[in-house]
Amino acid sequence: MDNKNLTLLNRIKDSDIYFSFIKSPTAILSTLILIIIFFCSFFVELVTPYNPFDPSSLSLMDAFTPPSWTEEGLAKFVLGTDGQGRDMLATILYGSRISLIVGFSAVIFALILGVGLGLSAGYFGGKYEMIVMRLTDVQLTVPSILMALLVDGIARGIISRELHDEMAIYVLIFAIGISEWPQFARVSRAATLVEKNKDYVSASTIIGVSNIIIMFKHILPNIMRPVLVIGTIGLALAIIAEATLSFLGVGVPPTTPSLGTLIRLGNDFLFSGEWWITFFPAIFLVILAFSINLLGDWMRDTLNPKLN
Amino acid sequence: MKSRNLVKILITILFVFSTTQSFAKTIKWSMQGDSLTLDPHAQNEGPTTMVSRQIYEALVTRGLDMSIGPQLAESWETTTPKTWKFNLRKDVKFSDGTPMTSEDVVFSILRAQQRTSDFKEYISTITSVKATDAYTVEIQTREPNPILLNQLSNIFVMSKKWCEENFALAPQNWDAGQETFSATNSMGTGPFKITLREPNTKTVFKKNTKWWGDVEHNITEIHLLPIKNAATRVAALLSGELDVVTDAPVQDLDRIRASGAHKVQSTPQMRTIFLGMDQAADKLRTGNTGDNPFKKKEVRQALYQAIDIEAIKKKVMRGLSEPAGIITFPGVTGYTKELDARLPYDVDAAKQLLADAGYPDGFEVELRCPNDRYVNDEAICTAVVGMLGKIGVKVNLFAQTKSKHFKELKDNQGDFYMLGWGVPTLDSHYVFHYLYETGASWNKVNFSNAEVDAAIRVMEGEVNLDKRNAAIANAWKIVKDNIAYLPLHHQVISWASKRSVDVPIRPNNEPLFRFSNVR
Repeated sequence: MDNKNLTLLNRIKDSDIYFSFIKSPTAILSTLILIIIFFCSFFVELVTPYNPFDPSSLSLMDAFTPPSWTEEGLAKFVLGTDGQGRDMLATILYGSRISLIVGFSAVIFALILGVGLGLSAGYFGGKYEMIVMRLTDVQLTVPSILMALLVDGIARGIISRELHDEMAIYVLIFAIGISEWPQFARVSRAATLVEKNKDYVSASTIIGVSNIIIMFKHILPNIMRPVLVIGTIGLALAIIAEATLSFLGVGVPPTTPSLGTLIRLGNDFLFSGEWWITFFPAIFLVILAFSINLLGDWMRDTLNPKLN
Repeated sequence: MKSRNLVKILITILFVFSTTQSFAKTIKWSMQGDSLTLDPHAQNEGPTTMVSRQIYEALVTRGLDMSIGPQLAESWETTTPKTWKFNLRKDVKFSDGTPMTSEDVVFSILRAQQRTSDFKEYISTITSVKATDAYTVEIQTREPNPILLNQLSNIFVMSKKWCEENFALAPQNWDAGQETFSATNSMGTGPFKITLREPNTKTVFKKNTKWWGDVEHNITEIHLLPIKNAATRVAALLSGELDVVTDAPVQDLDRIRASGAHKVQSTPQMRTIFLGMDQAADKLRTGNTGDNPFKKKEVRQALYQAIDIEAIKKKVMRGLSEPAGIITFPGVTGYTKELDARLPYDVDAAKQLLADAGYPDGFEVELRCPNDRYVNDEAICTAVVGMLGKIGVKVNLFAQTKSKHFKELKDNQGDFYMLGWGVPTLDSHYVFHYLYETGASWNKVNFSNAEVDAAIRVMEGEVNLDKRNAAIANAWKIVKDNIAYLPLHHQVISWASKRSVDVPIRPNNEPLFRFSNVR
């Protein structure tokens, strides 16, 4: 067992990906930041004693406390509190958990849908390919935020109001996922077109391996590199799309705020000097999206030099 | 030669610009919500009346100082205790040029008494109204009515001919979502007329050149541009895009004052904010206990005592509110300081009351709130959710735009809701008649008490003021002891405007643009 782990570790260490990683400070820095953000968001209960989602634990008299380093700040609220007396740090971390969950789920949803359609389109070709690719063309002409707004609007019409708050997060995932899949479909189709004419595919066909197995067992691993690059950048886009939708008020409800909802709620207090309510969630969102983008850039350079 | 022509053209353009600049005085007015309908009898709601007040007029009206004075009626007298004779002005014309006669007044009062009118409670004591000649109207009341003039000041007069031509004989049935011509068009005798109406976006009022009154304003146009988001509204005001905001957000008043080019006026508003709890339903629609906890007075009192109104005043309203014990305010007949005292804020007592009532673990209920009607309405509700959570009552907040909120409330969909109540007549009767009388149109807590109903009849027909005041005091005591509603606070309103724009603030939050000036 140890031996196997060691070889895996050695294999990683020997790989050109690892080499390029340790040679790239931006990649190391952004990975470090992302690890910290992910840890704090998903183990937020260990990081902070406050639970901003439990209204009965809040005290209104704590509301509008400025950050601790200012004159009226309190040590127990490092980044201050919002208009309901919620600790900003805790609220941001809980909020970023929701943003990350939505972002990841949306990208995975888009990835499965996009790769599934793109791969099969590239492999089978013909009328099926034409229909799928024209579909992506049509969808790419519609701005993705508009698409997501449309899905959300329809969902609001279908789902009853009582259920809507609970379903809001799934609707959001679906809305963002459905607006991003054409990217994945295009990239995976292009890669499949290259792969399917290679000898190993022809060989598999000759010995009678079924199409499904050829597609997913043989071609899929070979097209994953460009897909992963698109996926990483797509994650940043998905998180920003989530924030945009929540900022517009069609995302997650204010009782369980995500980063976008927090920025929207703080927006009302910009003129009155309570800048921290909107500033910290906003800067957090910038750091998160920026780190993911840097990592994505590095991955593109390393995994798929041809994309450059 | 050519260059001289060019100079001429330039001078002409300059002249035209400078003159139009000095003659066209436009006020750009904003608040968070829009008028719900232009039909002046369809919805008895603040901003709706604010808009109607600029285009329509009543027999009598309140001036800048809130005292009743003549408007369409020149003079009036009571020929018998139950008979009122109104002599109309003879020089009044509608904005389409047709003269206003007693026919129109009779038509309008009868129209406001129809089933679909939201103003029928104002004039429910009127038994008959007739025109004795072209400029005299006689009104009969069921009993001698000491507050008839106060009530008539909110019954706007429409043109009978215009209503007949435009199929608007009955008020729009707003509660049922009806669309009528009169809901999107208007034609009255007032100082302004509406030339463009895009609900929730833009309403343009133009000066009515056929108005009968002495013009004290210098405004040629008013643009009403509702902006829901508080920060956006303030940004628009500060950047000069708006001239006056009649609901400046409390958190931004210092910033607006500091700009130098703007001024802020504040006054206690004639409006009390409160929460209602349905006390009649056998089972809460949004509850989890299978019964209705609000039926028990202990539960209502527990909720009352769990609300820290001082915290709301300090943090949410930034000091601009006055905690309330009853749903009426100083200046209204029947108001006393003693009645307005609140039960103390006491979380332990509230928990004990809940346990005594049989809900030691609390219960769950939905709180309905408007988010664009009252000062910080949604923030107040969010604060209440947290405070009730501390005694174990899990409240789910549902905040939505006022037109939906009011419609669904009228449709009996609310277990627990927020409402604000002003008293245009400045008499307690108005509050009881709408909020407490059995089956009253805004009595959505379904409060019913025979003694209160009897006292309301006394208020309507008793001319002996001592007896009448005793009935009012008694009714207030009963409803207060019953905790029929959870009063929160009397609102303080703030209007912000450019320094060059003069719109006098009024405690009923209704601007009168006929007294406004732009420098």
